[in-house]
Amino acid sequence: MYRCGRVLLWLLGSVLLTRPAWGAPGEEALTQEAHLKLPESKSSLSRPENGSTAAGKPLMAIKWHHVQSPFIVVLWIFVAGLAKLVIEANHHVTSVIPESALLICFGFLLGGVVLGADGVQTFKLTPTVFFFYLLPQIILDTGYSMPNKLFFSNLGGILVYAVIGTCWNAATLGLSLWGCDKGGAMGEVHIGLLQYLLFGSLIAAVDPVAVIAVFEQVHVNEVLFIMVFGESLLNDGVTVVLFNVFDAFVTLGGENINAAEIFKGIFSFFVVAFGGSLVGFVFGILISLLTRCTKNIQIIEAGFVFVLGYLSYLTAEMLSLSAILSIVFCGICCQKYINANMDPDSVSTVRHAMKVFANGSETIIFVFLGISAIDKSIWVWNTGFILLTLLFVIVYRFIGTFLLTWILNRYRLVPIGFIDQVIMSYGGLRGAVAYGLAVLLDESKIKEKNLMISTTIIVVYFTVIFQGITMKPLVTWLNVKKASVSEKTLIEKVQNKVFDHMLVAIEDISGQIGHNYFRDKWNKFEEKWMMGLLMKSSVRKEQEPIFSVFHRLNMKDAMSYVTEGERKGSLEFIRNDNALVDFKNKFGDDFSEIMSDFMVSNKYDTLTNTRDPVPSVSLEIHEQTMKDNKGTENFNSHHLLEQNLYRGRKEHRHRYSRSHFDVNTDENEVQEIFQRTMRNRLESFKSAKTGVTPQTQQKDQQHKMPNGKSPDQIRSYYSGDEDFEFCEADSASGYDASGSSIPMRTTNRTRAGIENPAFMPDIDPRAPLEIPPWLADVDPDSVMAAPSQRGPVRLHRPAAAHVSARPTDSTQQSDEQLPTSAPPPYDRHRGL
Amino acid sequence: MVATETRSPGIRFVSCGFDTTPVAFGLRLERPRRVCVGVMGLLQSSPGEPQYIDLAEKTGFSFEQIAVLHKRFKQLSHNEETLRRDRFNEIPDLAFNPIRAQIIEAFFDRRNYRQNGQGAVDEIRFEEFVVVMSHFRPPSPHMTEEQREGVRREKLQFLFNMHDTDSDGTITLEEYRHVVEELLSRSGALGTEAAKSIADAAMLEVKSISVGDTKPDDFYEGIKFEDFLKLLNGFEIESRMSIRFLNMDATTLCK
Repeated sequence: MYRCGRVLLWLLGSVLLTRPAWGAPGEEALTQEAHLKLPESKSSLSRPENGSTAAGKPLMAIKWHHVQSPFIVVLWIFVAGLAKLVIEANHHVTSVIPESALLICFGFLLGGVVLGADGVQTFKLTPTVFFFYLLPQIILDTGYSMPNKLFFSNLGGILVYAVIGTCWNAATLGLSLWGCDKGGAMGEVHIGLLQYLLFGSLIAAVDPVAVIAVFEQVHVNEVLFIMVFGESLLNDGVTVVLFNVFDAFVTLGGENINAAEIFKGIFSFFVVAFGGSLVGFVFGILISLLTRCTKNIQIIEAGFVFVLGYLSYLTAEMLSLSAILSIVFCGICCQKYINANMDPDSVSTVRHAMKVFANGSETIIFVFLGISAIDKSIWVWNTGFILLTLLFVIVYRFIGTFLLTWILNRYRLVPIGFIDQVIMSYGGLRGAVAYGLAVLLDESKIKEKNLMISTTIIVVYFTVIFQGITMKPLVTWLNVKKASVSEKTLIEKVQNKVFDHMLVAIEDISGQIGHNYFRDKWNKFEEKWMMGLLMKSSVRKEQEPIFSVFHRLNMKDAMSYVTEGERKGSLEFIRNDNALVDFKNKFGDDFSEIMSDFMVSNKYDTLTNTRDPVPSVSLEIHEQTMKDNKGTENFNSHHLLEQNLYRGRKEHRHRYSRSHFDVNTDENEVQEIFQRTMRNRLESFKSAKTGVTPQTQQKDQQHKMPNGKSPDQIRSYYSGDEDFEFCEADSASGYDASGSSIPMRTTNRTRAGIENPAFMPDIDPRAPLEIPPWLADVDPDSVMAAPSQRGPVRLHRPAAAHVSARPTDSTQQSDEQLPTSAPPPYDRHRGL
Repeated sequence: MVATETRSPGIRFVSCGFDTTPVAFGLRLERPRRVCVGVMGLLQSSPGEPQYIDLAEKTGFSFEQIAVLHKRFKQLSHNEETLRRDRFNEIPDLAFNPIRAQIIEAFFDRRNYRQNGQGAVDEIRFEEFVVVMSHFRPPSPHMTEEQREGVRREKLQFLFNMHDTDSDGTITLEEYRHVVEELLSRSGALGTEAAKSIADAAMLEVKSISVGDTKPDDFYEGIKFEDFLKLLNGFEIESRMSIRFLNMDATTLCK
């Protein structure tokens, strides 16, 4: 760990040392400053002396100018990334000081180096770069990964904080500073009331980037988080609007402002905010619609999300609406539909790319913020102004939060507690948005622009670094309710669903119109119109949140099943070449890809296995051999599953929903293959293990008793029997019509278990239709045996089933119970 | 729209604009009065029959809330004294609710009226209606930890009863399956098989949580109430299972 860190440090250092040499010109390019002063170092580095290769075209030329600006940008990103890498490698530091603070400090360092090399800070965060290239992806990511239900159920509160709270902060701060100025606390400052208000509006907003960076690490409860986070997101729009309004007022001059202008300002606020949201909404729908028909260009469908998201940002900016709100709502609107419409691979691409972009630009922003401070030209110190601003920012944040919460709590079903309010107030971190706006100020109109910038920087540093560092201890000290770490269990999901429906039902019955009522109405509307319009019909049915958990459980089952199976050898059939060929021939194109994976990874298995002459089912011996390569085997099986099962599941669900409408032939075919494979598997087991070909399970057992085998043989026989039983149970899942591939088998198993006729007294368990073909030609005894036998094994998690110490006992029991048609309760429940 | 609640009829009474003492109020209530219905009438109406005091004490609803609920009750029952199941089925908004049957049944379940009730009734009076409704009252912010726990238990008991249809104190697999099936019955193609498998998976989960690691052959008959408490431990049931009861009348808006 330490060595790793040191190596990285060295790497970073070397980059740093070389940076100033070529860094400076590019910084200009990035900051789009016009003067093209090329530092002397460049000539030595980038200009090859053409004289040396005087004759004709040089063999090698360094064309620095040619690549200068993109090179610098990329290098810059790289350095920021490296900085993050080094910082994150030291967990003991990041656990105390949040990453954002460290990045700012790193920025100081970098800025110092640049300043030292260059003499003047040429490298700073310009509003253009910030607002056009760094901010959008962060906001898009937050919108896209927004927990929608949580957000909208707290939307009222969030809006109150974001709109009223921000206005309150801006107004009180501006007025108080103005008052203090009048009182003479700041000495000679030429700032009018309107300019104070302008300053107040730019510094009023809580910054989403800073808030996420800090709150991500403290894991407070979700309501608190969404309140702070949602506020920080939405109030950016508010600040920008306020800023623009006051900016216009300042331009207009105090004496020209009349009631109409003020009214216009207020009105424009609503236009900008709602217009921006509307633009985002429209673009969100556009993306959703587009992803409905990108089936043939799956490889680039992920790109649409980014392109259209950015376009919505730019469109809103063009219409001088709130671009931030636009891109937030774009992300919020489209997330559900694009996740359903796109290929799972594309979805994960989008997710990861979002995170890469957002995290990257967050890193860059913080480093930028650090660098910007190392600049002699912006620093204007006015102790009174700066300290008073800092004081007022914090004090009014607290007052505003408590005041608004007090009002909100009167209407909230679950009031916001005192401690939560403290954290909310304390979490009012200012960030790059404030800085970007401060830089945007027009120096010709506002004389004290530099003072405002330096004050903003101080406030940002104070909130991000000081409050960021103290946030964690404070949260621990106040014992703030944390977010539950555990993943939601299936029963909780089900219960959630029950709650939703129950509450709306009670509201319906009691004649109240509340939150649940509206949510229900919206859900119905969405189901009826939005889903039909925006979602592919094939995926519409899978929107149940319960299913995600359910499938996760299934995956877990499948994993343990295969691991166990691999260990015990019951998955012999995977290695069975016949079966594989069978699969491969019949599965058709859409599975060929999967199957090739399968084949490749199986080749190794097959090889190792054929070397082993002992029947793999023999528990003892096999386990011995497994010990050697258990690690690889485990890895293989997991890998196999991860690669194949997941995709298989998707296919399965797809088919499943289709099958509901009509029985499609494709599926029948697949099922047949499946059954045939199962029969193969059965047969191979029977012949391999017992030497005889047991027709029924009962016979099998009869064999067992009289045979005076050596203990060892019996041992192996038993385990073979166990396996046999298991695979029989498994094969019985062929009952269920929708099995279509090896991967699907897992889902299948569980479902088949539930469908198991033995558990449903009202359905005749031996209905002829339900008898799978491979059992149909065996004598009726076995048919009888099959379902009951499944009883004990079926519903256990496969791993558990395998460990079952008494396979014969349970078989006997179920066999005895067979004649009674009603399933004994014991068996029924034991299924669980 | 402020849903302030108070348990004290006296305070509520004064706030209604009467300058009589609670004692006098009690006396006056001897005279049967018809409950005023209607938005305007509500504001001036003194809560009528003495059962209102009992009800308010029993359920914690304020008089206004009870009056609103009473009006709703009358509306549902077509001005009759009792309410039958089919009246519930007539509520149009409820028609799309997948667990409608369970909810309606909960209103007729004696277990939800008092501690040791048993069996079901055919029709309910206003009192039962309000008592069942009171399970959904939001918790008061000034509760002690024990009170909160009590509310939590009581709400969970209601939920448990809803699942435990044969009232034997255990949610068996069949009962649970039934709920999940109903729950998913409206999500289109998901069919009953999927519902069953989900119920099964959930039960497996329940088993592993409540019993711990046991042998797979062990018998597990279903979810007991204690397990149920444990299972939903992470749930803030006292706030989740609450709706806001308005003092204002909104019945005209919903059919």
